[in-house]
Amino acid sequence: MIGAARSPLMWVVHLSVLLLVLIWTLPTAGLLISSLRDKDQLAVSGWWTALSSSTRNDVFRAPTAEAQVERDGKFVISGNVRDSDAGTISAFGISSREPVAFKAGETADLSDGAKLTVQADGSFEIVSDTSMEGARGQRIFFTASTPPRFTLDNYREVMNASGIGASFINSLTVAIPSTIIPILIAAFAAYALAWMEFPGRSLLIAVVVGLLVVPLQMSLIPLLKLYNGVGGFLGVPAKTYMGIWLAHTGFGLPLAIYLLRNYMAGLPREIMESARVDGASDFDIFVKIILPLSFPALASFAIFQFLWTWNDLLVAMVFLGTGNNELVLTGRLVNLLGSRGGNWEILTASAFITIIVPLIVFFSLQRYLVRGLLAGSVKGG
Amino acid sequence: MQQLFYAILTMAAGVLACVAYFFGTNWILDKIFPSKGLSGAQASKNLRITNAIRPWLFLGPALFALTVYLVYPVIESVWLAFHDKSGQEFVGFRNFIWMVNDGEFRQSIFNNFLWLLVVPAAATFFGLIIAALTDRIWWGNIAKTLIFMPMAISFVGASVIWKFIYDYRAEGSEQIGLLNAIVVAFGGAPEAWITIPFWNNFFLMVILIWIQTGFAMVILSAALRGIPEETLEAAVIDGANGLQIFFKIMIPQIWGTIAVVWTTITILVLKVFDIVLAMTNGQWQSQVLANLMFDWMFRGGGDFGRGAAIAVTIMVLVIPIMVWNIRNARKEMGGH
Repeated sequence: MIGAARSPLMWVVHLSVLLLVLIWTLPTAGLLISSLRDKDQLAVSGWWTALSSSTRNDVFRAPTAEAQVERDGKFVISGNVRDSDAGTISAFGISSREPVAFKAGETADLSDGAKLTVQADGSFEIVSDTSMEGARGQRIFFTASTPPRFTLDNYREVMNASGIGASFINSLTVAIPSTIIPILIAAFAAYALAWMEFPGRSLLIAVVVGLLVVPLQMSLIPLLKLYNGVGGFLGVPAKTYMGIWLAHTGFGLPLAIYLLRNYMAGLPREIMESARVDGASDFDIFVKIILPLSFPALASFAIFQFLWTWNDLLVAMVFLGTGNNELVLTGRLVNLLGSRGGNWEILTASAFITIIVPLIVFFSLQRYLVRGLLAGSVKGG
Repeated sequence: MQQLFYAILTMAAGVLACVAYFFGTNWILDKIFPSKGLSGAQASKNLRITNAIRPWLFLGPALFALTVYLVYPVIESVWLAFHDKSGQEFVGFRNFIWMVNDGEFRQSIFNNFLWLLVVPAAATFFGLIIAALTDRIWWGNIAKTLIFMPMAISFVGASVIWKFIYDYRAEGSEQIGLLNAIVVAFGGAPEAWITIPFWNNFFLMVILIWIQTGFAMVILSAALRGIPEETLEAAVIDGANGLQIFFKIMIPQIWGTIAVVWTTITILVLKVFDIVLAMTNGQWQSQVLANLMFDWMFRGGGDFGRGAAIAVTIMVLVIPIMVWNIRNARKEMGGH
């Protein structure tokens, strides 16, 4: 604001906003980075270390004397201390008291006169002039560092195995009609409430405002009973897409009607009156004039309803089955949390797939989203 | 592929049926009572009839959906709350008596009040602070977008994100959860945060605050911009400093908006369910009403009576807000 802009405290403002932004974005950033990491690295180190190479200390037991081969008159046991092809050995040792006594490539003297060499790539050789004995293999301590590795493997695994792909389509099947149908119904109703004369209009508006706050939970048990009854009567399953579209429609309508009515009531009366003089019916006026003029309000509500239906868990859990053909993304994610709670590579990738669509919608249509929020909450704000 | 085809087909059918209703009924109405091409008296009579019927054609589907999905369930829930688990036998206040004596219910009520106390206040507070701060800096809009972003993320997605932050590894091994990593870096001992009774409630609340602050920020920032420049200038000339302007000039002027934001988040808190389900499922004394109700609906075949009694409790908590809402709307719409 005025004056404050040049205040010496300005850098405090910059810093505190930066701090707040960091707190608000880091959780999501962490999820994204983690989902792209190699799953072994993900399990042992924090995502903030993703760019530095990770080191691990481990111990390897060399094969017993039976594995020795005679080469050039010497007896040799060889192999590789690493379990996979990852990482570089930086140091090794032969006792737990000094696990990093030698650098990679150096040679250590073992107690029985043999010599042990471990190379950076993990290969080792135990060389002895005499035939080696003993039932236990030599313990080799080593420090391996693994370079950071990013991969899309987690996503590939999740898309193929965990049913996320099918759920993605299910979520779309739920969300798209659940967005379009209520808008259509609400737009007609909002026009009637804003511009048509009929008895009981103000009472209806009050009812809509009151219904804005009815908790969804209220509806679950009665509707479930109703659905079971109707399903049984018609001989169809009680849990269908049709049922969930209508449920989302019912739950989204109060807000939709409220927002759209406020918007439409603000349109200039002259347009409608001149159209009516020209002989247009209310239907023509609505479809040809009001609907195109209301586009901003329609768009903002559409975004909201889409985000809400896409992100919904409760309605889908109650009104859709839990089979592979019906489970939506949020439901799948909750299941994964239960069954694969420790497999962060699966969880992070799945979670990111469920939030990617809303994030795309959010970033591309943010302008409308904000406009819609403001239309509903502060008049003249 | 087959699933995709089926999905598109059902979507098209659903949307088309809806469009067909509006066009069809209005077309029929105009066919039965034509007003074009008729003599004066007949035409105006038909016009009167269509004008009386058409609002109800427009409103029909909306009224139907509102009645079936919101009005009827409220009545039915109240009725069910006084009946046994299958909804057959009248049991009077037995469900409510059970509820009051149930330890888990009392726990949920207590937790819900904690949520109601903390989440709306914290989200509004942070929203206001961020709105006021970002208005002063050139990159304010970018900052706002980033803070607003969690609004787009589902509660379940947010729960996974935060579960990762609260992740716990035994002492000594490297922590992959951010919170424990920070605690360990400052020399503390790692904790399994979401299993600590009582305090875990606050760790769950953080998630909702994280999501809702953006909402509060957007609305409050618009309200702050709506304050007339003259009042602020007058305050500056009178020698008020930044904090005085904020607390004595700005806050009083946007008090109404703060109340709207507060109540909106309060309603959301009452309904919150996904976060608790995904994070703890009510274990470790973190149960809330909405999740408890869901439990009773489906646990062990379900108990509709007890579930409905809990739903009615939630409804009763909402009624004051509903009355306040209707009053406000009436005041606003006075002009129409």
